Amino acid sequence: MTISIQVENVTKEFTMQYHRTLKQMAVASVRRLPLQEKFLAVNDVSFTVEQGESVGLMGLNGSGKSTLLKVLNGVMRPDKGTVRTRGRIAGLIATGAGFHPQLTGRENLFLNGAIMGMSEAETKRKFDAIVDFADIGKFLETPVSHYSSGMYARLGFSIAIHVDADIFLADEVLAVGDRPFKKKCMAKMQEVRQQGTTIFYVSHATASVRSMCDRILVLEKGHLNYDSKTVEGGSVEGGIRYLQYDDDETDEAVSDEELGADI
Amino acid sequence: MRAANKRTEPADSGASKRGRNAAKRARRMMQNQADAMPVVEADGPRHERVVDAELLPPAPHGGLLEVFQQPYLLRLIVARQLAQMYAASLLGLMWSYIQPALRFAVYYFVMGFILQLHKDTPYFAIHLFTGMVVVHYFGETWNGGTRSIWQNKGLVQKMRMPRELFPVAAMVVAAYHTLPQVLLLVAICAIVGWHLTWTAAAAGVLGVAILVTFALALALTFSALNVFYRDFQNIVQTIMQFMHFLVPMMYPFTLVWAAHDSNPWLYQIYVSNPITQAVLLLQRFFWYPLIEDTDGLGQNFPPDMFQRGLITLAVCVLLLWAAQRFFSRVEGKFPERL
Repeated sequence: MTISIQVENVTKEFTMQYHRTLKQMAVASVRRLPLQEKFLAVNDVSFTVEQGESVGLMGLNGSGKSTLLKVLNGVMRPDKGTVRTRGRIAGLIATGAGFHPQLTGRENLFLNGAIMGMSEAETKRKFDAIVDFADIGKFLETPVSHYSSGMYARLGFSIAIHVDADIFLADEVLAVGDRPFKKKCMAKMQEVRQQGTTIFYVSHATASVRSMCDRILVLEKGHLNYDSKTVEGGSVEGGIRYLQYDDDETDEAVSDEELGADI
Repeated sequence: MRAANKRTEPADSGASKRGRNAAKRARRMMQNQADAMPVVEADGPRHERVVDAELLPPAPHGGLLEVFQQPYLLRLIVARQLAQMYAASLLGLMWSYIQPALRFAVYYFVMGFILQLHKDTPYFAIHLFTGMVVVHYFGETWNGGTRSIWQNKGLVQKMRMPRELFPVAAMVVAAYHTLPQVLLLVAICAIVGWHLTWTAAAAGVLGVAILVTFALALALTFSALNVFYRDFQNIVQTIMQFMHFLVPMMYPFTLVWAAHDSNPWLYQIYVSNPITQAVLLLQRFFWYPLIEDTDGLGQNFPPDMFQRGLITLAVCVLLLWAAQRFFSRVEGKFPERL
């Protein structure tokens, strides 16, 4: 199997406050505090993903998942270590689709498609499919600033999933949509997975991770603490248990007591 | 009696079935909470996808060359920039002509008639207008380029693209605004009686080359610097305030030449400005061929204009290369700084 993503000892560091005034720096040095506080968002992470594998990325908030995705996408460069990918990457990372509020949905569609690597002919060919999936109707011709957050997510996801990418990164943006849309997205993602695209799926919902992913990576404060491929007898279930996300699963007796359904 | 024993005797099938159904319904309701992700199972065979590409770092590393290999994307970014500039604007594009037109009128009447600067210069209006077009293009490229990455911080933080795209887009937008002025200049020259000579053509090409490379080098460098310290856009605006006076457009070059013996260093500094040279070269192209009697004119161009021009062009190309190196080194830090 060909290697799709190769991450070796990737570290990404952020400074807490970039612009300190002279007064703030003077006060900090008098109090013997460090002038610049840094923190490691991603700390020495290594893994290899093969083409067609479907990887789940889980972790608590602030554990470095979005930063790792941005490094994979190419938006950020790692401070140490290397990351290498093969082919076209498409995806939505937590902060949204990068739409410009003054352009219409149609213009943003073409722009985002072009940024992700689609040529003009390809975008025109897929235009109808993208618009049908997004299902925003006549709002396609209005400026994006008038969209609701759900429509925003729908259009963004629709563009990303139709790019025909070799690697697809899905961050928690799907949390914004309504239930029918989420179902549509998951079905479409399974379809894309069947076609052999590498999928990187970030979510807090354990059931969907179980159904979507073959492998799980667990990040804790920037460290990769559980990789179901390298751990002895590892599995997606093992990762979920490691993260202790499995205690909210249906335990019949407990639920009955909690609900007071003791009739 | 029976009712009191309901809790301890679940043997009655009707009541316990109701109880179990209620519990099941409640559990299903909990599972179907709106914020839970639905589960869709995979079905069908998994196909293998053959990817015909190499294993490379995903961050863009092609620089300016990568930008020019994607003209479609550049065109869309320029369209986005224009939409941003003219959103909710009634006059729209007209505003980029009103200011230069007013400036031209003021300079022509104040410098020309009140200060009597154009009494020896035939076709002074064309002399002035050529300079204004050059400075307008340079100013808009430099100003727009400096702010370009901040203005597009949404895209830079979320998606992957070569970031030189934004200063280059600013330059294309500046060309878009300057083009009608150039066409007007060409039309006026054609009406007055312009003819092409080899020297004039060489001067035109050299002038445009110097202007474009210098403007792009500055736009690239300052757009990167502006990300770290937003003071740079104010520095650029301040310098552009007096750029109109630093080039020989309101006054003929003869006045500068008259002072070159007494202030040799100032003269050298004045003439080594690439924009001054671009203005002089383009005046050589547009304005000089219009004059019938060139002998009585005086020294309107530096005697070594072409040699200086070629040296300046070489320096500007070097500056562009250095700007690209600098930009590539710091662009990794843009997303976290914006």
